[in-house]
Amino acid sequence: MKKAIVGAVLIALTAGNVALADPPVLSITGAGATFPYPIYSKWFDTYHKLHTDLQINYQSIGSGGGIRQVTEGTVDFGATDGPMDDKALKGFSDKRGCNVLHFPTVLGGVVPIYNIPGVKGEIKFTPEALVGIYLGTITKWNDLVIAKDNADLKLPANDIVVVHRSDGSGTTYIWVDFLSKVSKDWKEKVGVGTSVKWPVGLGGKGNEGVSGLVKQTPNSIGYVELIYALQTKMSYGSVKNTAGKFVRANLKSVTAAAAGAAKNMPEDFRVSITNPPGEDVYPIASFTWLLVPDQIKDEAKRKAIVGFLQWMLDKGQKMTEALHYAPLPKEVVEKEKKAIEKIHG
Amino acid sequence: MSADVPLQSSGFTHELGAQRRTRLVTRLAMLLDPLFFLLTLACAASIVAITVLLVHQLYVHSVESRNALGWNFLIGQNWDPVAGDFGALPFIFGTIVTSIIALLIAAPLGIATAVFLAEMAPPRLSRFLAFLIDLLAAVPSVIYGLLGIFLLAPFLTKVVVPPLQKALGFLPIFSGPFYGVSLFTACIVLAVMVVPFIVSISREVLLSVPRDQREASFALASTHWETVWRVVLPQARRGIYASVFLALARALGETMAVTMVIGNTPQIAKSLLAPGYTIAAVVANEFTEATGDLYLSALIELGLVLFVVTIVINGLSRLLIHATTGGHDHHG
Repeated sequence: MKKAIVGAVLIALTAGNVALADPPVLSITGAGATFPYPIYSKWFDTYHKLHTDLQINYQSIGSGGGIRQVTEGTVDFGATDGPMDDKALKGFSDKRGCNVLHFPTVLGGVVPIYNIPGVKGEIKFTPEALVGIYLGTITKWNDLVIAKDNADLKLPANDIVVVHRSDGSGTTYIWVDFLSKVSKDWKEKVGVGTSVKWPVGLGGKGNEGVSGLVKQTPNSIGYVELIYALQTKMSYGSVKNTAGKFVRANLKSVTAAAAGAAKNMPEDFRVSITNPPGEDVYPIASFTWLLVPDQIKDEAKRKAIVGFLQWMLDKGQKMTEALHYAPLPKEVVEKEKKAIEKIHG
Repeated sequence: MSADVPLQSSGFTHELGAQRRTRLVTRLAMLLDPLFFLLTLACAASIVAITVLLVHQLYVHSVESRNALGWNFLIGQNWDPVAGDFGALPFIFGTIVTSIIALLIAAPLGIATAVFLAEMAPPRLSRFLAFLIDLLAAVPSVIYGLLGIFLLAPFLTKVVVPPLQKALGFLPIFSGPFYGVSLFTACIVLAVMVVPFIVSISREVLLSVPRDQREASFALASTHWETVWRVVLPQARRGIYASVFLALARALGETMAVTMVIGNTPQIAKSLLAPGYTIAAVVANEFTEATGDLYLSALIELGLVLFVVTIVINGLSRLLIHATTGGHDHHG
C-alpha cells in the first residue's frame, strides 16, 4: 500500500516536471498606458491561447512609466496614450542605439458630461464654448456662446462648475490637445500635457472621480473617456467638428476621426488626430500606441513581437468593439503593416 | 529551586546533575545576552538605515528640480507641468492645514472616547468598543474616500454648510461657494481616519495607570471627574501625546482618501470651504503619467518636502508640549 502511494506520488511529480519543462515558454514583457489595458489584456490572453509557447505580460503603470521603461530597456515594449516627443526619441536612440517605432492599436474618444438640474436633452457644444468654459471666460450656462446652439433647452443663468481630471492621464491629454488646436488662447495660456495648470475648476481622480463630482454638483461640466460613458450608460453632449456638424461620439464617429486624419498621417504615426477634417467625425479622439524598438536582437522575441503586431492589426481589430474601443481605420492598418517591416535584428 | 532541595528518590546524583544543568544554562544565557543585544541593535539600526536611504534617494533623484528651481520651489505658487514651472507652496499649505485641523478635531474626540472606555464604561462594553475601534483603523483609506465623496460631501452641502455660512459666512474661512469637495471635507475625513489611533493607544495607556493611584485619589474624597483629570490623565500624558503624534503622521501622509475629497486644486484659499491640494495627493496623482525629467524630479522633491514638513511639524508640536507642560514631563 505504502509503496503504491510513493509510486503514485513519484509519477505525479515527474509528470508535473515534464509538463513544466515542455514546451518552453517565451516570455515577453511590456508596460505603460492604463487606458487600453482591458483590450491589451484580452489580446495577450487570446494570443497566448493561440500560441501556448508565448506569454506576453503587460503592466499598466501609466504612459510616463511605459516610455521610461522601454527607454531603459527593462521591458520589451512600451505603451503610451501620448506620442513620445522629439527629445524623448533622441533620449531613446542615445541610450539604446536604435530607434523606437510607434504602432497605433486602438482609438479612444473623450466626451463632455454635465449635470444641469432641469435640462434633460443633449447639449451641443461648439469648440469655442468648451474653450471658454475651461478657460473660465464663460461662467454661466445661459451665456450666448453656449445658448445660441441650444435654443430648445432653456439653459439656466447658473454659474458653471468646471471639473477636470486631477491625475495625469491620456484622457486629459486628448481633451486639452483638442482645446489647444481650436484656440490660440488655450495653446498660449495652458498648453498640452497629461497634467496641466487648469485656469478654473475642481479635480476628480480618474473617470469615476470626475463623473462622481459631476453627478453630485449641480450645474457642473466634466469630461470622461467615451468607453467609460458607454459602460456606465451616461449621457453626454455632442461637439461641433470642422465641417460645422454637431457629432455625438460613438465607435464609428471616433474611427472616422482617424480615417479623416489618415491622409496626412506621418510615417512614424506620431500624430494628434483631434479636430480632423471630415463630415461625420467626432473631433475629440486619439490613438493609443505601442512602443517597439526597431532593432530586436533576440530572434525568437523579434519573431514573436512581429507575429503579434500582425495578428493585432488583423484579427485583433475585430475584438475591439465588444470592449467599446474604436478600431483603426483600414488606411492606418495598411500603413502599419508596412511599418512592421522596419523591425530588424 | 529543585537544585536546592534534593529529592528522596533520585538522591545525590540527581542533585549534582541539576546543578550542572543550571550552571550550563547560566553560562549559555551569558553568551546569549550579547547576541540578543546585537540582534535588537541590528533591528533598531535598520530603522535608521531605511530613513537615511529614503532621504538620500529623494535627495539624489530630485537634483534636477533643485538645481533648476532652487528655493523658488518652496515659495512658488505656480504648478505648471506644461511650462516646467513648479512651486510647491499650495501643496505644503494644504497638507499642513488639513492635518492640523483634522488633529484639532480628532484629539479631543479621541482622548475623551479613550477616557470613557478606560474609566467609565463597563469592562465588557469597553472591550467591545475597543474592538470596533481597532476595526475602524483597519478600514482601507479608499473606503473612507468613497464614503467622503458619496456620503459626507452631499451631507455637508445640504445640511451642514448652508446654516454654517448663514451664521458665520462673514468670516473669511467660511466664505465663498461650496462644492462638497474642499479642505473642510478633507479635514473631517482625516479626523475620522485618525481617531482610532488616538483612542486605541490612549485607552491602553490609561488602563496601565496603576489602580492604587485612583484609589488614593478617591480616598482623598475626589470625585470621579477630579480623579481622571488630576491623577489619571497626567500620568498617562506621555502615551497620549505619542498617540496624537502617530495620528499626525498618518494625517500628513494620507493620500487616497484626501485626494478623493479635497478637490485637487493647487491654490492657497483663505476659505476652508474652497478646494485645495496636498503633497501626498499630487505625487500620487501625477507620478504615473509624468513625462520629462524635470517634472519627475519635481515630484520626487515634493516627497522630500513632505518628509521635512513632517519632521518640522513633529518637532514644533513637541516643543509646544514641552513649553505648555513647563518641561516637568517626568511621569511614567
